[in-house]
Amino acid sequence: MSDITEAGPMRAADGTPLKKSLARALRRQKLRALALIAPLLIFILVTFIAPIADMLFRSVENQIVRDTLPRTVAALKDWDAASGEVPGEPVFAGLAVDFQIAAELKNHTKLGSRLNYENPGISSLFRKTGRGAEDIGKTFMDRFVDVNEAWKKSGTWATLFGDDKWLADQAAWAAAKDKDAKEPPFKLREGVADVLPVTASTYRTFARAAQQDGRKSPVDTKPWPVLFTALGQDLANASPESLGALGGENGALVQEVATAVQGFETFGYRDAFLDIDKGWGDLDKWETIKAYSPPYTPGYFLNAADLEKGPDGIQARPEQQRIYVTLFIRTMWMSMLITFSCLLLGYPVAWLLANLRSSTANLLMILVLLPFWTSLLVRTSAWKVLLQQQGVINDVLVWLGLIDDANRLIMINNQFGTITAMTHILLPFMILPLYSVMKTIPPSYLRAAKSLGATNWTAFWRVYFPQSVPGIGAGSILVFILSIGYYITPEIVGGTRGVFISNRIAYHISSSLNWGLAAALGTILLALVLLLYYVYDKIVGIDNVKLG
Amino acid sequence: MTDDRTGGDAAFVEFDHVQKSYDGETLVVKDLNLSVARGEFLTMLGPSGSGKTTCLMMLAGFETATHGDIRLGGRPINNIPPHKRGIGMVFQNYALFPHMTVAENLAFPLEVRKIGKSLRDAKVKRALDMVQMGEFGGRRPAQLSGGQQQRIALARALVFEPELVLMDEPLGALDKQLREHMQFEITRLAHNLGITTVYVTHDQTEALTMSDNIAVFDDGRIQQLAPPAKLYEEPENSFVAQFIGENNTLLGMVKEIKGDVAVVELDDGELIDCKPINVSKPGERTRVSIRPERVEFNKSRLQAGAHTLKAEVLEFIYMGDIFRTRLRVAGNDEFVVKTRNAPDQVRLTPGQQIEIGWLPQDCRALDA
Repeated sequence: MSDITEAGPMRAADGTPLKKSLARALRRQKLRALALIAPLLIFILVTFIAPIADMLFRSVENQIVRDTLPRTVAALKDWDAASGEVPGEPVFAGLAVDFQIAAELKNHTKLGSRLNYENPGISSLFRKTGRGAEDIGKTFMDRFVDVNEAWKKSGTWATLFGDDKWLADQAAWAAAKDKDAKEPPFKLREGVADVLPVTASTYRTFARAAQQDGRKSPVDTKPWPVLFTALGQDLANASPESLGALGGENGALVQEVATAVQGFETFGYRDAFLDIDKGWGDLDKWETIKAYSPPYTPGYFLNAADLEKGPDGIQARPEQQRIYVTLFIRTMWMSMLITFSCLLLGYPVAWLLANLRSSTANLLMILVLLPFWTSLLVRTSAWKVLLQQQGVINDVLVWLGLIDDANRLIMINNQFGTITAMTHILLPFMILPLYSVMKTIPPSYLRAAKSLGATNWTAFWRVYFPQSVPGIGAGSILVFILSIGYYITPEIVGGTRGVFISNRIAYHISSSLNWGLAAALGTILLALVLLLYYVYDKIVGIDNVKLG
Repeated sequence: MTDDRTGGDAAFVEFDHVQKSYDGETLVVKDLNLSVARGEFLTMLGPSGSGKTTCLMMLAGFETATHGDIRLGGRPINNIPPHKRGIGMVFQNYALFPHMTVAENLAFPLEVRKIGKSLRDAKVKRALDMVQMGEFGGRRPAQLSGGQQQRIALARALVFEPELVLMDEPLGALDKQLREHMQFEITRLAHNLGITTVYVTHDQTEALTMSDNIAVFDDGRIQQLAPPAKLYEEPENSFVAQFIGENNTLLGMVKEIKGDVAVVELDDGELIDCKPINVSKPGERTRVSIRPERVEFNKSRLQAGAHTLKAEVLEFIYMGDIFRTRLRVAGNDEFVVKTRNAPDQVRLTPGQQIEIGWLPQDCRALDA
C-alpha cells in the first residue's frame, strides 16, 4: 500500500493528514458530549465551584483596612515600628479624615472587629473613637464659620465642588419632584481635585453617600464636619497661586479662608486622638494597622496555624491561644480511629453479605441501609440518649451492679462519644464498597487455596484478603474524608474535647463572623485532604479503589 | 448398576453408600457406591444437576456427606478438612490467584507445606516445564490466554505431587481446538505421572476420549460405570444410550425372548430382532436403540435372515467426512443414518424408498 511505504504522516483517502481527519470526525462527537454535560457543568460552576472559590479567597483577602483608612495607610508607609515611636502628625492627620468618614458611613466598627482578630482591644478603641472623632471636624467647622457664615451652607460646598452641568441637572431634578426620576449622579468639578485633593475626595464620598441615603440631594444635605478638617489640611498645604486657579465667587471664598487659616493656631491631630482614647498611643495598635494594610494577608493562615506576625517575623502564638493545630491533629487522629473501627466492624458484615444466600443477604442489606434512611440528627440524638450519664447504657450497668451509681461512666461529650456515634453513622460507607468488591471474588479462590493445603486462616489472609484490598481502600478513603469534615455529630455528642475542626469553622462562620479565618481553616482542611489523597494514591494506587 | 471396568487393582478412592441432601427433603446423591483404583482416570459424566459435582465436592471436602463413608487409601476422610486431604484440584474457572504471579501461584501449595525456598523453586520450575510454560513464571494470570491459564491451573494442582487430582469441568471455557489439545495433554500427564484422576464433565466426547472408565450420572445415581467403548457400544439403559453419542430409538413391545434374541413388535406392527438388555418377559414395553453408524441399507452387507424395515429418505446432509441421512422409519421422522464418505458410498436422495437393517447384536432392547 502506498501510504505505508510513503514517508511522513499517514494520510486519509483524500490526502488530508490522518490525524487531522480523525480530529474532524471526532469533533462533532466531542461537541455533543460537551453539550450533554453542559447543564450540570454550568450548575456546578455557578452553585458550587464559584462560591467555594470566593469563600476560600476570603482567607487571604484584606481590602478592608486599605479601603477604610486609605490616607492613614498611605502615610504609614514611612513609619517603622522599630523606631519605638508612635507615628507622626501626618499619619494622625490622615486618620482624622479617614476615621470621620468611616464613622459617618458606620464602617469603623467593621474594621474594628476585623482588626480585633489580630489584636484584641482594637474593637473598643475604634468604637470609642467613632463617637469622639466628629469633635475634630467640629473644631475646624467653628473656625471656618467664624471666617464666613457661607461655609455653613451646603450650597456653598456644592457649587465649589460640583460640576456646572451636574448642578443644573440636580436643580432640575429637585424642581421636578418626580419620584421615579433618577437623581443625576454627582460629578466633581474639573480641576478642583488638583487644588484641594483631600477635600475633593472627601466631598465626593459625602455626595455619593447623600445621594444613596434616602435620595437626598447633596445640595441640601448638611455638610459633614470632616469636610472642614479636609479643607483645613488642603489649605495648609496649598500655595496661594494654585488657589487662584479656582476663580469665581467660590475662589474668592476659598482665598479668604485660606488667608485666615494662616492665622489659626496649629491643630494637634495626635493630641486630639490621644484625648479621645489613650489607646492611640500604643505602638502595637499601629503595628497591627500597618501589618494588615496590604490588600492581601497571610494573617488568617498564620492564625489558623497558631502563628502570628511579630516584630521579628512569624512567631508562635501565646500558649493559651493555640488551638487550631491541636484541633487539626485531633480531627485527623479521630478520623483515622473512626475509619479503623468502621473497617473492623464492617469487614465481617460485608463478608457475610457477600457470601450468604441472596434472600438472607438482602434482609441483612436492609439492616445495613436502614440507618441511611434515618435522619442523621435522629441517629445522633439516639446516641445521646444511650450514652449520657443518666442514659440507657449507664442505667443498665448500674442495675446489673457492674458499676456504682456514683461512678457512672462518662461516655458522651468527649472523644469516646464522637468516635462511637460517627463509627455507627459512617459504617454503611465502609460496608457498601467492601461488599461490592467481595461480591466479585468467586468462592472458588478460597476453595482452591484450601485444596492446595492452606488452613482457613492462611486461605483468607493470603488469598481472600489481598483481593478485598480495593474495597478496603475505597471504604477507608470514603469514611476518612467524610469524617474529617464531619460537623453535626461532633457538635452534638463531642462536648469540648470531642469536636472537630469543622465545628470551629462553623463557629467562625456563624458566631464570630471571622469569615477570613474560617476560610483559611477550610482551605487548610481541603489541602490536607488533597494531600492525603495524593499520598494514598502513591501508596495504594487510586486504580485499586473500587466503588462497585 | 454393574461395574465392568478394566485396569486398576485395589480401590484407592471409595464411596460407600454415600447420600447427600442440601435441604433435608430431597437427595441430590442417592446411595452412591463407587471405587476408583490407584492410577485410574475416572470421569463422572452427566447432565447438570445429576449430582456429579456434588460427589466431587464431597471428595474434596467442601461438602459433607449426609450419610455414608468416603475413603481415601482405605482411610475414612469424612471428618478431615479439605486442606489436610492432600488432593489436587483444578477448578472450572481455574481459580488462579489474580494478585500473585504464575510462579507465586505454583509456590503457594509448597509454601503452606513449609517447603524450603530452593526446593520450592525447583519444584515450581519443574511443574512449569511439565506444562510447557517455563517462560511464564513472572506473569500474572490475567496476562495469560485461557489455554495458558488452564495449564497453570493444572500445574498448580500437580506441583505438590498429590496422589489424587480432581478436575471440575476444567476445559469448559476453552474453544474446541484448544479443548481437544488440552484433553490430550491432561491424559498424557495423568498417565505419565501415574496419578489417580477424577474428572467431572458434561461433555461426552471429552469423557470418551480421556477416560479409563466413565461413570454416567443421572438423578443422583450412577447409571452405568464402564470403559468408554463398552459404554458407547453396550449402553445398559435408555438414559445411557441417549446420553452417550447419537442414538436412534424405536418404541415397541417385546413379543418373545429366545436366548440372545428378542423379537420386538414396533408400534406400527413391524417385527425386528434385538438383543435383550433390560427386558425380561414378553409383553413389556421397550425402547429399541440403534447407533446411526450401525444401520445398513446396502443389502449385501446384511446378515442372512436379518429383519429389514422400510424407510423413506427425508433429508441428506453432507458433512465432509460423513453423510448424515434422516429417514422416516416405523413412524419415527428422526431416524438418522451415518455413512462414511467413501468413494463407493451410495448418496441417497430425499423421497427415495429404501430398506434398512442391522445386526441383531447392534440393536438393543432397553427399558421404555
